[in-house]
Amino acid sequence: MIVLDIFSWAFLIAGSFFSIVGGIGIVRLPEFFSRMHGGGITDTLGAALIIIGLVLQAPVVISSPKDAVLVAVKLLMILFFLLVTSPSSCHALAKSAMSQGLEPELDNNKNS
Amino acid sequence: MFVVASIAVLVTMTLALIRAMLGPTVFDRVLALNMFGTKTVLLICVVGFMTERTDFLDLALLYSLMNFIGMVALLRFSQFGNFGHSETEGQS
Amino acid sequence: MSGLFDVETGDYITSFHRDSLNGIMKYSLALGATLFAFWLLWSGHYDKPFIIVLGAISCLFCLWLSMRMGIVDEEGAPVQMGIRPFTKYGPYLVKEIIISNIAVTKIICSPAMPLQRNMIVVSANQKSELGRVILANSITLTPGTISVRLEHDKICVHALSFAGAEEDLSGEMGRRVCELENTS
Repeated sequence: MIVLDIFSWAFLIAGSFFSIVGGIGIVRLPEFFSRMHGGGITDTLGAALIIIGLVLQAPVVISSPKDAVLVAVKLLMILFFLLVTSPSSCHALAKSAMSQGLEPELDNNKNS
Repeated sequence: MFVVASIAVLVTMTLALIRAMLGPTVFDRVLALNMFGTKTVLLICVVGFMTERTDFLDLALLYSLMNFIGMVALLRFSQFGNFGHSETEGQS
Repeated sequence: MSGLFDVETGDYITSFHRDSLNGIMKYSLALGATLFAFWLLWSGHYDKPFIIVLGAISCLFCLWLSMRMGIVDEEGAPVQMGIRPFTKYGPYLVKEIIISNIAVTKIICSPAMPLQRNMIVVSANQKSELGRVILANSITLTPGTISVRLEHDKICVHALSFAGAEEDLSGEMGRRVCELENTS
């Protein structure tokens, strides 16, 4: 049990770190198309690490093994849905921004 | 430890809200809204574990799907000006 | 089978070619089984037969609705891929996500923010539309690159750094999706 606690601590802290980094990115990056990359961090690794941390915590918090398995499966399905839906909505957002005439700022001429 | 994770999620939500308030274009605001929705799902999960009420997870599952549908509907509306009839007919 | 609805002509389909009938049977069986398995997992009711029967009825209703919408095919229920997306492609995708997350985190956390934003065009030479959508979604899922537009076999990609753009141009991910697509 103590091993599970240590692992879930590590996952939760790492997930919190990546989620806050994504939040900083969404505030700090200069224009819309770059900000979407910041949102991508929280959606993928931030969410995934926090949910894996919770899955590892499930057998500790929930006493009956059947309920613990069901809770773990539900958490993994939430993670799966987040990972499937977030790129779709991200792509829809980018496409709709492009078709509304919002052009991304590029800096190609730096060293290529 | 759940307190640490939920505080981190809340900080991220605050940052998303700051971007939603600052956002020069409407797409910045929609992006911040999308991120806020994802973080809501995570916050519900973490709080459900903190209070040991596992039925919160069903709400989180529903919320993640609702968030996606709402986002696509909003973007569809902003692109076409209505909610349907732009593709094949008969997909009731 | 009388409830099937043809999207193109707007008529109810009454006669089938034998192959397409077999195909629809296969996909609808797979979809129904998956729906019922998820219902069992999420509800957690295993001891009351009445509730299980209600769940089975609601699964059948959902199956009928999706047949009416005409989405029970190799895209709506991709049974032809089996579990290989999770066993072979999944670990590779997770590794890519972690690597590119760390790269983008470094960019955001460095005080100067060395951005090298650029747009590139990646060719998607997958045969089916499903394969191209998987590729485009995988590109978006790895932070640092976002697929902005998907037209026929070209994906327009916005990248945050030249390193991320080069990784997509190398076509490693596209090759893996092609492998996934080639059913044995």
